[in-house]
Amino acid sequence: MMYYSRLRLLGVAGICLIGVLLCLPNFLRSPAPSLPWRQIHLGLDLRGGSYLLLQLDLKSLEHDRLQSLQDQARQTLLDHSLGYRDFVRDDATASLSFAPRSVAERDAALKAMQSLPPVVPNEFTTSEKDGRIVLTLQHEAMLARAREAVAQSIEIVRRRIDATGAIDPSIAREGDDRIVVELPGVSDPERIKSLLGTTARLTFRLLAPNPSVASPGSTMLEDESMHTQVAVQDHVDVDGTDLTNAGAVIDQQSGGWAVTFQLNSAGATAFANVTRANVGKRFAIVLDNKVIEAPNIISPITAGNGQITGGFDARSASDLALLLRAGALPAPLSVVEQRTIGPSLGAASIRAGIISLLTGLLLVIVFMVLFYGRFGLYADIALFANLILMVGILSLFQATLTLPGMAGMLLTLGMAVDANILINERIREEVKRGRGPLQALQAGFDRATGTIIDSNATAFLAHVMLFVFGTGPVRNFALTITIGIVTTLFTTLLLSRLLVVRWYALARPKELPV
Amino acid sequence: MLSRPLFRFVRDDRRINFMRGRHMGLIVSAVLSIASVILFFQPGLKLGLDFRGGIIVEAQTPGPADFGKLRAALDHAGIHPDAVQAFGSPRDVRISINAPEGADREAQTQKLVDGVKNAISAAEPGTQVLRADAVGASVSSELFRDGLLALGFSLAMILVYIWVRFEREFAISAVVTLILDLTKTIGFLAITRFEFDLVMVAALLTILGYSTNDKVVVYDRIRENLRKYRTMPLRDLLDLSINETLNRTLGTSMTVFLAALPLALFGGSTLTGFATVMLFGIVVGTSSSIFIAAPLLLLMGEKRLRKETDAG
Repeated sequence: MMYYSRLRLLGVAGICLIGVLLCLPNFLRSPAPSLPWRQIHLGLDLRGGSYLLLQLDLKSLEHDRLQSLQDQARQTLLDHSLGYRDFVRDDATASLSFAPRSVAERDAALKAMQSLPPVVPNEFTTSEKDGRIVLTLQHEAMLARAREAVAQSIEIVRRRIDATGAIDPSIAREGDDRIVVELPGVSDPERIKSLLGTTARLTFRLLAPNPSVASPGSTMLEDESMHTQVAVQDHVDVDGTDLTNAGAVIDQQSGGWAVTFQLNSAGATAFANVTRANVGKRFAIVLDNKVIEAPNIISPITAGNGQITGGFDARSASDLALLLRAGALPAPLSVVEQRTIGPSLGAASIRAGIISLLTGLLLVIVFMVLFYGRFGLYADIALFANLILMVGILSLFQATLTLPGMAGMLLTLGMAVDANILINERIREEVKRGRGPLQALQAGFDRATGTIIDSNATAFLAHVMLFVFGTGPVRNFALTITIGIVTTLFTTLLLSRLLVVRWYALARPKELPV
Repeated sequence: MLSRPLFRFVRDDRRINFMRGRHMGLIVSAVLSIASVILFFQPGLKLGLDFRGGIIVEAQTPGPADFGKLRAALDHAGIHPDAVQAFGSPRDVRISINAPEGADREAQTQKLVDGVKNAISAAEPGTQVLRADAVGASVSSELFRDGLLALGFSLAMILVYIWVRFEREFAISAVVTLILDLTKTIGFLAITRFEFDLVMVAALLTILGYSTNDKVVVYDRIRENLRKYRTMPLRDLLDLSINETLNRTLGTSMTVFLAALPLALFGGSTLTGFATVMLFGIVVGTSSSIFIAAPLLLLMGEKRLRKETDAG
């Protein structure tokens, strides 16, 4: 088709103009907040920063649930006046089992277990084996719990990171049980790692009647203040979820650092009840299965606030207060991958990337002019438009540009002229066959189009696969090339063709410069 | 100067008899690929951090790096690195540690990286950490699996696409050629000792994409000529098609090569390996488009291809 309607002309010009406009915000250091500017984000490898991949501890989630299920089961049996023997919790198989007091009570016990409320649908199965009743947690249901837990954890992780003053962090889920944290500008993530590695589950529990031996219903825990082991009851009297506020203060009496906390009304009531009933006994403050301190209850505490003194310094007291305010993680998180790029390396990478990009672009431009003359120049203009559109679309998506992404851009530019080469070679062949300029142009464009689409489609498919299965930098590379293939089709099939057609309409040459 | 192209790779009327050398081409390619497969097993690829797991810390000391002092400081901290080496300038130090063994190796890996950083900053105050990466063993094996999946699926997609758009012979020849290309690239990786990591997988896939692109253009011409010259023997027809597309094949390879060249020269440590492998892949892909893809087609279906197009 050798005629471009006015509408089509405006369309092509309009798209290029939009591309330019979308690129512009990237040149402003801080765009006006009132305008809907969208910029490309620089990846951590270019601006420096830390990348952390956190893994949720599924085993611990299972363990906690087994424990609470055991409590519920015991309570239900008690409520139904059903007896049981030999109640076993097995973390390896994620199951609980017990023997009913007598065969006569077996069915009733089984029924009572089936009536236990699941937290997620089909959470556990109830069965009977060798005269014992067995409750088994289902893996699928635990994965569903993990996804929930990850969603909650993301919120808590965000609050904890925000409290450290890190700028512009990005926190996102990955897969079922992982969280990706990106911290631009943080070149030493040690403190954040330790903050995120703490579950911060605070519980208040009574010590066992005999604190030096573990008895049923209690567990030996490490006492950090005394450096000994003490037996603490498994039953949790007050939980950190009832905390409304926490802060680091200097203790008036000792002069050391302490953490104060404030409970909500439910927590305050529970706290008051326990302390009233147990005056004179020791009450353990347990953080992540370690006893911070276990003071004697001197008098009932009814106001719902208190103070933890456990040999803190200024840093550890304020970190603990921060963790308590942000809330406890539903399960421990551990760092399984960490990548840190220092700021100087990032700056060097940007420089190297830009130098390579410009040099590569220049080489391709010169080659095209030498190889195809005027039509090569048009291909170069299309190439430039291609670069602008690519940057424009990446800005529109607010995509992240990484070093591999820059490489992807450069390779796209190298590939983009392929379509022009195909067209020019085709036109040249048609001229050699003795066609006139107009027919040769027409046939050249039409015949090359099919080839161009076929060859780009295969590259497109390969890179979509790369995007789907890739992670991190590879994904970024694939995204850039995938976008590049789309812009390439536009700039070659529409823009460079338009340029050639306009030139032909104006110059009416007797011979084509091919 | 814009009125005429200033140079061409080959004259338009040049007809090179590529098919005459087809056996030679296939044998050379097969031998190189077999050698590459052997290299893949012995000495094997140098796995990068992504796939091997472990720790790399790169740091820049304020003065020329004192390796003895750094080693002693690490030793003192109970850290036994697998390598403490120079890279780039004399102030740049790279410390690498393989993934620790044992039950809590994930936690150990993460602890080690902080230990290394603290030990070297204490030994050489003012040291700047350029990069500190720690990849746990579980993550690295997953990354490896995903990388291989991406490669496998890409090949499968290409096979299906060419099968649908062309014919079976084309699809199979293309995929066999691509596998020959890929094995050679892997052999190149084994010889050059570039680290095989995620970015390298991206390089392999890009080579795959471009090489396919090259073959598709030649095949497209073959398909067209099959319809146009119904009586021409397949051998001559393949030669004609390769010759007709030769300037395009060389021209495109040249532009991609030129684009990747600056990356290989000044792309910085991350991209140099990637771009060098790309350059190698472009050369291999271009030559296989000419010497392998079409001869394979001749080998596979002289009778069938002719008959099909005659009927259609």
